Amino acid sequence: MSYQVDEKGYYGEFGGAYIPEMLYPNVEELRSRYLNIMKEESFQKEFKELLKEYVGRPTPLYYAKRFSEKYGTKVYLKREDLCHTGAHKVNNTIGQILMAQKLGKKRIIAETGAGQHGVATATVCALMGMECIVYMGEIDIDRQAPNVARMKMLGATVVPAKSGSRTLKDATNEAIRDWINNPVDTHYIIGSVVGPHPYPDMVARFQAVISEEIKNQLKEKEGKEDPDFVVACVGGGSNAAGAYYHYLDNPDVGIIAVEAAGKGVDSGESAATSALGKAGIIHGSKTLLMQTGDGQITEPYSISAGLDYPGVGPMHANLYASGRGEFISITDEDAMKAGLELAKLEGIIPAIETSHALAIFETRKFEKDDIVIVNLSGRGDKDLNTYIEYFNL
Amino acid sequence: MNRINKKLQVDQKLLSIYFTAGYPDINDTEKIIVDLEKNGVDFIEIGLPFSDPLADGPTIQESSTRALKNGMTTEKLFQQLEGIRDKVEIPLIIMGYFNPILQYGVEAFCRKCQETGIDGLIIPDLPVDVYHEHYKQLFEEYGLINIFLITPQTSNDRIRFIDSVSDGFIYMVSSASVTGSTSGFGENTKAYFKRINELKLKNPQIVGFGIKDKETFDQATQYAKGAIIGSAFIKHLNENGTANIKGFVQNVKALT
Repeated sequence: MSYQVDEKGYYGEFGGAYIPEMLYPNVEELRSRYLNIMKEESFQKEFKELLKEYVGRPTPLYYAKRFSEKYGTKVYLKREDLCHTGAHKVNNTIGQILMAQKLGKKRIIAETGAGQHGVATATVCALMGMECIVYMGEIDIDRQAPNVARMKMLGATVVPAKSGSRTLKDATNEAIRDWINNPVDTHYIIGSVVGPHPYPDMVARFQAVISEEIKNQLKEKEGKEDPDFVVACVGGGSNAAGAYYHYLDNPDVGIIAVEAAGKGVDSGESAATSALGKAGIIHGSKTLLMQTGDGQITEPYSISAGLDYPGVGPMHANLYASGRGEFISITDEDAMKAGLELAKLEGIIPAIETSHALAIFETRKFEKDDIVIVNLSGRGDKDLNTYIEYFNL
Repeated sequence: MNRINKKLQVDQKLLSIYFTAGYPDINDTEKIIVDLEKNGVDFIEIGLPFSDPLADGPTIQESSTRALKNGMTTEKLFQQLEGIRDKVEIPLIIMGYFNPILQYGVEAFCRKCQETGIDGLIIPDLPVDVYHEHYKQLFEEYGLINIFLITPQTSNDRIRFIDSVSDGFIYMVSSASVTGSTSGFGENTKAYFKRINELKLKNPQIVGFGIKDKETFDQATQYAKGAIIGSAFIKHLNENGTANIKGFVQNVKALT
């Protein structure tokens, strides 16, 4: 049994493409071509070169000595926070902008919640001189003013999503509607391993550079390619998909997914999709999602804007349902403490999303000789205001 | 014979009207259905509101949000439709997104449709391939016609496949767009209508998206068996409530 996508676009019972007919030609064009395009030598060459020269890859696999000592195990941090634009998101946008060019598209659209994916998309559009329209919930625009300014500096048009709850899920709806209205010249750069097939697989493949590097780097440092555990935070799940990718079908490597419990899984203000969600359809994918008994999609909550998506990528839904992945949820409070702790122990200020993954060590105990990789998905600069308010800094 | 197919045999251009259940007020469902039939509408599409209606423009989105705030649910809609067949004969089609139907249970939903006298379904995000493989038999068991959309971008091969899976009519989306976004039909749209005509499909086509008045209705039905009005009727309900549905319908299609 494989935990990769199957030929029909499913991970176990999850995935597929539940899309209106209006989207079928766009999605089908991508589905029928993405694998061949990614295999092309010219594509690979350009992709790898940009990751090296522009993004700054490979990112270090750093042995966190003081953090490891504190928790009595061996912890390595995969430093995605050192990528250009400050998070792993750019791995995907580099891949997708090259894909868009191969498909002959002229116009790029994207959705964004906190603004990180919007910035990563605006960045590659500036790099390639392509038109860029980013949909962002009206409420998020107010909350994330610095990222809105960054996108504007990079030449993108930021369009407020005014429908529904005016946050990430509605921005995604608006981006999909834009794609329906512009079926020929536009490519939609989805920011996570969500959406209709082939998006979850395509985005996972672009992010798979993370686990590919981990294998090589760990071999150098420990003499073996496989750690005992890989830990990552999961909102939609793109950094996690990238960190797990080459280990998915290796049962010797434990997979740990960390979701945002918000104010507590049972508080009514949470984003712990595996615990609170049920199978359903969101944004064209069959997956676990938070919804009412009547099938209306609900609004999640987390202190971290990157984790408050009401669904989860179908790969992760399958990792959960099959038991392959261990799912842990972490509250706002524990995540914030863990972020502060990493800053003090290692001199690294993590994104609050990543802080959730770091917080598990308080309760999830590992053996002394275990090698545990934590994907440090992003840096905390964007979260300074939240840290300042929370800790009265 | 299913009421939809029976109506399609009538030798005239057909008008279908969409409204969102639970809008403008929670208990308007029956009055709207009765008034639409009385004033000569041929099909009614009852919108089951959804929190995230991907294929809809702002007008229908807002009506869905309002309907949900008003307390509309799948169960509530079925309660309101109990006994509707004692009052109207008009073909009734439920239009809704797939997730609420999945959560209700697809078979339970089909059974309820049959019990209340629903004739067909339009589920925009249930692709024809998935329907064909998993649900066709079930829908047919409960006497339900499932209606598919085609767009100017749909290839001829796929249109033929959709035609082969369909029974009833094909919902011909007039332009590449979400609902409620076009005004009048240009040359491209007319060329597309003609292309579909020339395919000689077994199912008649009914045009939707961009129909709002007599002019656009007449234009669309030059090339098709009928046309569907959605957003324009929602706007009418927004401005007038359930008053003067007669006036709205007669502006499009005078009683014959």
